[in-house]
Amino acid sequence: MIRSLALALLIATPAVSGVPEAVNDHTLPRFHSFAVQTRALAVNAAADCTAEAVIPSYHNAFDAWMGVSHLSFGPLEKDGRGLAIGFWPDKRGMVASTVAGLVRDEDAAVDDTADFAQVSVAGRGLFALEQLLFGSDYAGYGRDSYTCRLVQAVAADLARMAAEVDAEWQDQAQLMLSAGEAGNTAYLTPREPAQQYYTALMAGLEFTADQRLGRPLGTFDRPRPERAEARRSERSLRNVVLSLEALGDLAEKLADGPVPATAEAFATARATAEDLQDPVFATVDDPSGRLKVEIVQQRVRAARDAAKAEVGAPLGVSEGFNSADGD
Amino acid sequence: MGTRRGFLAGLLAASALPRLSWADAGDPCYLAAAKEGDGGYALFGLDAEGRDLFRIALPDRGHAAAAHPFAPEAVAFARRPGTFALVIDCVTGAVAHRLDSPQGRHFYGHGAFIENGDVLCTTENDIATGQGVIGFWSRRAGYARIGEIASAGIGPHEILALPGDVLAVANGGILTDPAQGREKLNIPEMKPNLAYATAEGVQEVVELSPDLHLNSIRHLATDGETVAFAMQWEGDLTDPVPLLGLHRRGSAPVLCEAGLAEQLAMQGYAGSVAIAGGMVGITSPRGGRVHLFGLDGGFRGAVLRPDVCGIAPAGAGLIATDGMGGVLALRDGEVTPLHVAGRAWDNHLVRVG
Repeated sequence: MIRSLALALLIATPAVSGVPEAVNDHTLPRFHSFAVQTRALAVNAAADCTAEAVIPSYHNAFDAWMGVSHLSFGPLEKDGRGLAIGFWPDKRGMVASTVAGLVRDEDAAVDDTADFAQVSVAGRGLFALEQLLFGSDYAGYGRDSYTCRLVQAVAADLARMAAEVDAEWQDQAQLMLSAGEAGNTAYLTPREPAQQYYTALMAGLEFTADQRLGRPLGTFDRPRPERAEARRSERSLRNVVLSLEALGDLAEKLADGPVPATAEAFATARATAEDLQDPVFATVDDPSGRLKVEIVQQRVRAARDAAKAEVGAPLGVSEGFNSADGD
Repeated sequence: MGTRRGFLAGLLAASALPRLSWADAGDPCYLAAAKEGDGGYALFGLDAEGRDLFRIALPDRGHAAAAHPFAPEAVAFARRPGTFALVIDCVTGAVAHRLDSPQGRHFYGHGAFIENGDVLCTTENDIATGQGVIGFWSRRAGYARIGEIASAGIGPHEILALPGDVLAVANGGILTDPAQGREKLNIPEMKPNLAYATAEGVQEVVELSPDLHLNSIRHLATDGETVAFAMQWEGDLTDPVPLLGLHRRGSAPVLCEAGLAEQLAMQGYAGSVAIAGGMVGITSPRGGRVHLFGLDGGFRGAVLRPDVCGIAPAGAGLIATDGMGGVLALRDGEVTPLHVAGRAWDNHLVRVG
C-alpha cells in the first residue's frame, strides 16, 4: 500500500523537480523584495525628493532589481515592463534624451499615474532615475522644481510596476506548478517551465558576459568604458556581482540535485569580480586593467558552461532549438 | 486508334508518373521538419489541427520544404550550406529523387514550384563569386537541372512563387563561404534586397534606405497581392528597427513596427512570416513572441510563446510551431494550443496546396 502510494507520487513528480524550488524559494521572495524596495523608494521620494534623500533607496531598489531582472518571462514581459524598469543597454542615449525632453517640456504626465505609465519606456525606470539623481544637468535640483516631481513620478511608477509584477507572479507560479495539466494553456508539458527557467539562466549569464562586461570592453583597439552599465551611479561592477549572486542561486534551485562544480564556478566568478576594485570598469583602456575584466568575463562564461552540463543536461533541457540556431 | 508502340509508351508514361494527389498522403495541410527526442531528424505531414499524418526520416537536419502544388511530393532542403535536396514521395516515404547542387554551388534551404508544378526553383550560392543564383529543375525530366538566372543579390534565402509565375526572392545580403561554415563575411558592406524575377531574369529590385542595410531580408509570404518580407538585424541589438516590410509591385515598401519596448523584445530577429485573413504574423524565437500587423502596416498585437518560429496560414487565422513540440492556433490575437509532440519543430511550417 505504502509502496504503491510512493510510486504514484513518483509518477506525479517528473524529473523537473527544481521548478517548485525555483518558483517558491527563488522567484517569489525576490519579486516581493523588489516590490518592497521600490515601495520604500516611492515613499521616500514623496517625502523628500532631493537626490541626497533618494539615492540610498535608489540603490536598494536597484539591488533588488538585480535579484529578478533575469526572470524576464511572464509578468515582466507584459506591457514592456522589463525595459520600463531597466532600459539598458542604451547605445543611442535614449534615456538621456527622453528625460531631457520631459524636463524641457515640463510634461504634465508626472501629475497622473496613468498618464506617466504611457511615457516612453526610455523615460521611466531605474535608468531615468539615475539620470536625474546623478546627471550633471540636474545637479542640485530644488524641492519645488519640475525635476523633483519627475523623480517622484518615476519612483511611484517603479513601485506600481513592481507591485503589479509581484501580484501577477502568484498566478504565474500556479501556472508553472501545474504545467501539463488539463486547462493549462500556458505550459503544455512539465518540461516547459524548466526549459523557461533554464533559458533565463543561460540568457542572464550571457547578458552579464556579453553586455555588462562586453560593452565596456569594446574591442582591444577601441575600449568603451563610457558604455558601462549604470556608470553614473557607479554600479557597473556591483551589478555584475549581484547578477552572479542571483543567477547562481537560480542554478542551485533549478537543479534536481547537488551542483558542486556550478557552485564553485559561480563562486570563482564572483570572487574574481569582487577583486577588481574598479566599480565602473574605468581601467578597460589600460592593457592590464582590460585583462582583468576579460578574466572576469571568462569566469562568467565558465559558470555558464558548468551550469549547462550540471543543471541543463540532467533536466533534459537546453536553450531553445530555434532561438539558439536560426536561419 | 493508337499504334501498339503508342499504347506501350502511354503505359510507360502512366507508370512513371502515377497520378497520385495529396489526398493519397492523407491530405496534409502542413509540412514541418523536426528534431526528434533521440536526436534524429524527420519531416512530418500535419493535419489542420497539427496532428501527425505521416513521418519520414531525414538523413540530417532539414530547413524548409517545398510542397508540390498537387502531387504528394515534398522537396526537403538540407540546412545551408547544404549541397543536396531530397524529393520525397509523401505516400510511400521513399526518396524519389536526389538533387545535388551544381559544382561550385550550394543551396540556401528554400525552394518554390512554378509552371503548374513542372519547375522547381532553388536559391543557391555561386561560391566563387559569392553571387546569388536561382536554379531551375524540371520535374518531368526527373528533376534535371534545366537552367538558372542571377538572383540580383548576395545570399538569396527564401523564394516564393507569385501569381503568373513571378518569383519573389529575398536576397539576404550576407556573404558566406562553406569553407568557413556559416560565418558572415561582409556585414559592414551587406546590401539586402527583395527581387522579382521570371525565368528570363530579375525584373524589379527593392532596396531599403541605406540606414537599414544591416537588415537581412530573409523570409517571404504573400496573399497573392502583397509580399510580406521578414528581416534579421545584423546591427546592435538595442537598435529598434523594423523587422517586417510589406510590398506591392511598383510601389514603395511599408515598414512595420510595434512600440519601442515590444520592438526591442523581438531581439532584432524574425524567423518566419505568414499572411492570412488580412493579418501578417512574424515570429521571433529569441524574443519568444509573434507580432501581428494589419496589411496597412499597423501593429495589432503580440502573442507570447517561447521558441516560436514556424508560422503558416490557417483559414482566416494563423498557425505556429515551436521548439518544444507545440502547435498553436493564433486567432483574434489569442493563442490556443492545438497539439504538443515530443519533438522540436524546426524553423519553418509550410502550407500544402
